[in-house]
Amino acid sequence: MRHIISVLLENEPGALSRVVGLFSQRQYNIESLTVAATEDPTLSRLTVTTIGNDRVVEQITKQLNKLVDVVKVVDLSEGDHIERELMMIKLKANGQMRAEIKRTCDIFRGQIIDVTPNAYTVQLIGDSSKLDAFIAALGTASIMEVVRSGVSGIARGEKVLSV
Amino acid sequence: MELLSGAEMVVRALRDQGVKYIYGYPGGALLHVYDAIFQQEEVQHVLVRHEQAATHMADAYARATNKAGVALVTSGPGATNAVTGIATAYMDSIPMVVITGQVMSYLIGEDAFQETDMLGISRPIVKHNFSVQRPEDIPAIIKKAFYIAESGRPGPVVVDIPKDMTTPTERYPYEFPASVKMRSYNPISRGHSGQIKKAVDMLLAAKRPVIYAGGGVIMGGASEQLIKLAQTLNYPVTNTLMGLGGYPGTDRQSLGMLGMHGSYEANMAMHHADLILAVGARFDDRVTNATDKFCPTARIVHIDIDPASISKTVEVDVPIVGPAGAVLEEMSELVAAAGTTPDAEAIASWWTQIDEWRGRHGGRFRTDDSEMMKPQQVIEMLSKVTNGDAFVCSDVGQHQMYAAQYYKFNKPNRWINSGGLGTMGFGLPAAMGVKMNFPEADVACVTGEGSIQMNIQELSTCKQYDIPVKVINLNNQSLGMVRQWQDMNYESRHSQSYVKALPDFVKLAEAYGHVGMKVEKYSDLEAAMSEAFSLKDRLVFMDIYVDPHEHVYPMQVPRGSMRDMWLSKTERT
Repeated sequence: MRHIISVLLENEPGALSRVVGLFSQRQYNIESLTVAATEDPTLSRLTVTTIGNDRVVEQITKQLNKLVDVVKVVDLSEGDHIERELMMIKLKANGQMRAEIKRTCDIFRGQIIDVTPNAYTVQLIGDSSKLDAFIAALGTASIMEVVRSGVSGIARGEKVLSV
Repeated sequence: MELLSGAEMVVRALRDQGVKYIYGYPGGALLHVYDAIFQQEEVQHVLVRHEQAATHMADAYARATNKAGVALVTSGPGATNAVTGIATAYMDSIPMVVITGQVMSYLIGEDAFQETDMLGISRPIVKHNFSVQRPEDIPAIIKKAFYIAESGRPGPVVVDIPKDMTTPTERYPYEFPASVKMRSYNPISRGHSGQIKKAVDMLLAAKRPVIYAGGGVIMGGASEQLIKLAQTLNYPVTNTLMGLGGYPGTDRQSLGMLGMHGSYEANMAMHHADLILAVGARFDDRVTNATDKFCPTARIVHIDIDPASISKTVEVDVPIVGPAGAVLEEMSELVAAAGTTPDAEAIASWWTQIDEWRGRHGGRFRTDDSEMMKPQQVIEMLSKVTNGDAFVCSDVGQHQMYAAQYYKFNKPNRWINSGGLGTMGFGLPAAMGVKMNFPEADVACVTGEGSIQMNIQELSTCKQYDIPVKVINLNNQSLGMVRQWQDMNYESRHSQSYVKALPDFVKLAEAYGHVGMKVEKYSDLEAAMSEAFSLKDRLVFMDIYVDPHEHVYPMQVPRGSMRDMWLSKTERT
């Protein structure tokens, strides 16, 4: 099963490599990884999506917690949460395709953020399955380039992950 | 406030941490630090002949005292030579602080002379590592390094110091922190009372209980609490390789070691138990055999300081995260206060069963008509000559298993061996590290002609510092454990397990300035060994020829259950 794990870690040199190294060292899978500083510049917030059974994911959270730089770990998938991913996708856009892409883009609430005579670059935000669906709707033939941010997640309600 | 250079801060911080010995080897990146070492006398430096030995000496000091040992190695090859020693400590959860020199900070990343990314290299084998970015941070980083290494589940910590952080002419105010507080690291200090209560109820209701105690009892200083609980309940105790001595080996309730080369009675008792109390043990593959066949009728209570050790390989019923000593103490209190006592009849019949297993003589060696000495006889003699009270520092191989099986450890911290990583070459430096800190004690290095040659250059260090350890070399002229597996699984095709062109160890010992002895007959052994240990101020290298055909038994059958064992070359359970 897919899990979204949020990690608050010290914004120290090497901290990220410890997290990434842990995953490769223990053969845990990383589907996506995002990381950036929080409002407190001494802390980074990292979101990793992984696939594994409950036992593996329990080990992942325990092992993450063991890292000295890690302040807190939460498996967001255990509760109500919101996940978002940003995608920028460059598409061949000629002739009739231009209108078609525009329509699909509107349906998915994407935005065209760059235009040339032969290409559109579309920005789309949503959960990963929505981004997957957009790619599927367009078909691979028109896709020139895809860049996805990886998943960021946050718990619903007033629950927060903080020091 | 006193102004010190970074180099002086390193040495002063070690002093303020209470460090007496550091084990190391100088080099370019550490020259400022070595100059600071030269100019004081409180922290004594021991010059090894290879950096691996420095880490093992520091590690063994930690194993004998539960306090972090310190190694000091230079950048590049110095640091990479220390890697095996760091991994050895990591696998056995041993507190150690390894200070590594590094090239000038402005050269890092430019493939400078003797540069390696020690943070990157050590990352998977340390509890934590630090890179010094500002000289004035050195005291706080060293304080934190010791705190992290020694608290919680202990482990090695690397502190990487670029050379320009130690420049003698740049001075900064020095203050050694009295305590450490880290928001991201808070080791647990006691177990969950509800879980402990639940575990005690299960303990008291058990009919076929076994206490399975590991290295956490030793490093957690929980031996006394373990003995108290086990003896109050009259329950059998088995120790892991790392846990030997945590419960007295000669006590009636001791079943000896369990696992791959564990005793017949320990493995049988585990297999048939209805309740297992695991304390500071991690259900290692060398203990459990096939996990799906592991202890089919048992419910399991697991006490461990590390939550990640719980249900990692074997699912447990009642996890208790906390320090072994505190949890066991709380258990004893609850047992004393409980209105009930264990089912006396059930426990008595459990002991009858265990004694029957014990009486089967399962896996004991047999002496035969051949002239060759059995290696087990040598360990039994060592136990006799040292009254079972020596520090026994082992290398890795058959001799390690014989020592674990036949030397009966009655005290914790006396059995010093590389259990998790299985590092050949560990024994001699380990014995040196122990002997320097316990000069009055008998310290033996049990080794083989394969292992000893992996760090034999340290005989020179022993001469320089007068470290009179006794080397017990079980010489079977082959890499015994490899050969055993080849006998059992490869139709005795002894691929590369025969050591040709062995040196004359007696002459070699003498060349290094020590005493060498060669023993070939069992009838000579007691006198020779007694003489060796009576030479209190000399290192004695005993080259003892033993039967090369001997195998370590019992030996669990691969992928079987705990009770599936070879008991001899022809006998299987």
